Amino acid sequence: MQVVVLVKQVADTAARIKLQGERDIDRQSASLIVNPYDEMAIEEALRIREKVGGTVVAVTLGEAKAEEALRTALAMGVDEAARVTAQTSDPLTTARALARAVQELGADVVVAGRSAADDEQGQVGALLATVLDWPCVTEVTKLEIGPEGGTAEREVEGGGVQVLEFSLPIVLTAQEGLNTPRYASLPGIMKAKRKEIRQIAVDASAVGEPVLETVALELPPERSQGRMIADLGPVEAAKELVRVLHEEAKLI
Amino acid sequence: MILAVLEAHDGNLKKISPELVSAARSLERMLAAGGVTLLLVGDDAQAAAAAAPLGDGVLTVRGEAFTAYAAEAWAEAVAQAARDVQAKAIVLGSTSFGRDLAPRVAGLLQAGLLADVGELVLDGGRLRAERSIYSGKVNAQTVSLSAVTVATIRPNAYPAAAPLAAAGSVRELAVPVDAAKVRCRVREVRRQEAGRPELTEASVVVAGGRGLKEAENFHLIEELADLLGAAVGTTRATVDAGWRPHSEQIGQTGKNIAPSLYICVGISGAVQHISGVLGSRTIVSINRDAEAPIFKISDYGVVGDALEVLPPLIEEVRKLG
Repeated sequence: MQVVVLVKQVADTAARIKLQGERDIDRQSASLIVNPYDEMAIEEALRIREKVGGTVVAVTLGEAKAEEALRTALAMGVDEAARVTAQTSDPLTTARALARAVQELGADVVVAGRSAADDEQGQVGALLATVLDWPCVTEVTKLEIGPEGGTAEREVEGGGVQVLEFSLPIVLTAQEGLNTPRYASLPGIMKAKRKEIRQIAVDASAVGEPVLETVALELPPERSQGRMIADLGPVEAAKELVRVLHEEAKLI
Repeated sequence: MILAVLEAHDGNLKKISPELVSAARSLERMLAAGGVTLLLVGDDAQAAAAAAPLGDGVLTVRGEAFTAYAAEAWAEAVAQAARDVQAKAIVLGSTSFGRDLAPRVAGLLQAGLLADVGELVLDGGRLRAERSIYSGKVNAQTVSLSAVTVATIRPNAYPAAAPLAAAGSVRELAVPVDAAKVRCRVREVRRQEAGRPELTEASVVVAGGRGLKEAENFHLIEELADLLGAAVGTTRATVDAGWRPHSEQIGQTGKNIAPSLYICVGISGAVQHISGVLGSRTIVSINRDAEAPIFKISDYGVVGDALEVLPPLIEEVRKLG
C-alpha cells in the first residue's frame, strides 16, 4: 500500500510569536516544529505500513527550510520524502498543488493532520480529497484499515462517536487521541540526514486562483486582569465570589 | 439568497441551528441577498417543520443516499441547493458536522471557506471575518475572494433567531446521488448520554485541572457544573494523565469554547489552554498560585486551594436555588 503523509513546518505556538509587516509573523525569531497533528499523521501512516505493508512518503509544500520537517518524518521512519514547490496562498491552491503531487507519487491513502497549528484552517485534507474526487474522513480518533478499505471513528458533540466505513483510496485527517507519535531513533536521525528529498514542481496553471486572502494579522487586545479575591479563607472567598457573580455580575 | 445548513437530531433542531439562522439573516442584510433558505439533508420531516418558522423557505433532501451521513452525498446536496436558490453565501456550524462538510462544499463550488469564525462583515464588497490563529496569539483578517462564500460559524457567536410571523414553505429538492457510488459513510453512531450540555455550545463551562490533585476529586467539578447547568471541561494535562476523557479537553488539540461564563479551578493557564477559552465572555479562576498566568486573563480570580474552595463554593451556589 502506498501511503502519503502530509507534513507542515509551523511556528511553535508555545513560544513567543512576533509579527512582521501586516500579513506575516516573524519567522526568523520563531521556533519551527513539525505541526503536532502531522506528527500523529506520520505515526498513523507508519502503523498502516506496519500492519498492511507498503511504502510511506512524507510530502511537504514550502521553502527549502521546510525540508527540516521532512527530515523529522524520515527520522521517525517514513521511507521517502518529497517537497512540492508551488506558489500557493490559501487552502484551495495548496490542495490543488498537493493533489498534483499525490497523483505523481501515486497513493492509496493520504494521511494529514486535522489542521495546522499556525493558520488553523483545517481545510486542506478535505479540499485535497475533493480535488482528487476521493472520499475523506476528518478528525479521525481511531482507524482500522485493510487492503480494500476500513473504518474510522470521529468524535461528535455530546460525547458521541461516529463510525465511518470507507473504501480506498481515502484521505484521513488525524485528531488528538488517534495515537502517540513515536520519537525519532538516533540511527533514524542519522539515516534521515543522508536521504535524498524528491522535488516536485507544480506550475501556476495547476495551482489556479486563490479564493481566500488574509489581509491583516494583528495581535489580539490583551485581556486585562480583573478583580482578585485574595487574603480570605476558603469559605469567605467562596461566599464573596458567589455574591459578586450573583449580585453584581448577575451571571449565576 | 443565503443558505443555512441546519443540524437536527431525532427530529429536533440542534442548538446551533437557530444561531446559523441569525448569521444568515445578518448576511442577508449586508449582501441584500433577498432571503434566507434553510437546508436539512436526511430524512427528518419533523425537523423541517420545526425549521419552517425560522426561514423564508426550507429545502429538504431525502433518498437512499441520504439515510446515513456521507460527506460526498451531503456536499452534493448543499452545492445543488446553493445553485437552486442562487446562494451568495452558505453558513454551517463550526461543529464536527460542519467542519467535515464545509471544505467539501467549498471545494465543489470553488468557494472561499471562512472557517471557524464569529462575526462576518462586508469589506469593500467582500466578506471578511476575524480568525483566531497561532493558538489565540494572533488574529487574522481573512476575506473571501469568490462569488459564493462558505462560512463555518462558531457556536454562541450569534444569538438564536426568533421565529418569523409567517412560516416559510417546505420544499423537497431532488438530488440525484447514487447510493451505491458513495465510498464513505457513517455506519453507526455510539452515543454516550452525559446529560450535560455540549462543551462547545454551553453557556456556562466549569473546568478542573491538575490542581484537583486526583481524578476522584472531579466529582466536585461535576457537582458545581450540574448546579449551574454547565458543561464540564479540563486541560490536556489531566487527559494525558488519564483522569478525564479527551472529549472534555479545552484548548489547542482540544476544543475551543465560547460560554458566557467560564469557571476554571486548579488550572494554571498554559498557553495551549488559554487559546481555547479566549472566546469566553467572563472568566473566573480559582488557583492557589497568585502568580498563575490564568489570572492575567480572568475577570474574577480567587487565590485558594481548589479542594478547599470548591466545597463551600458548591454550598453557596446551592443556596441560590
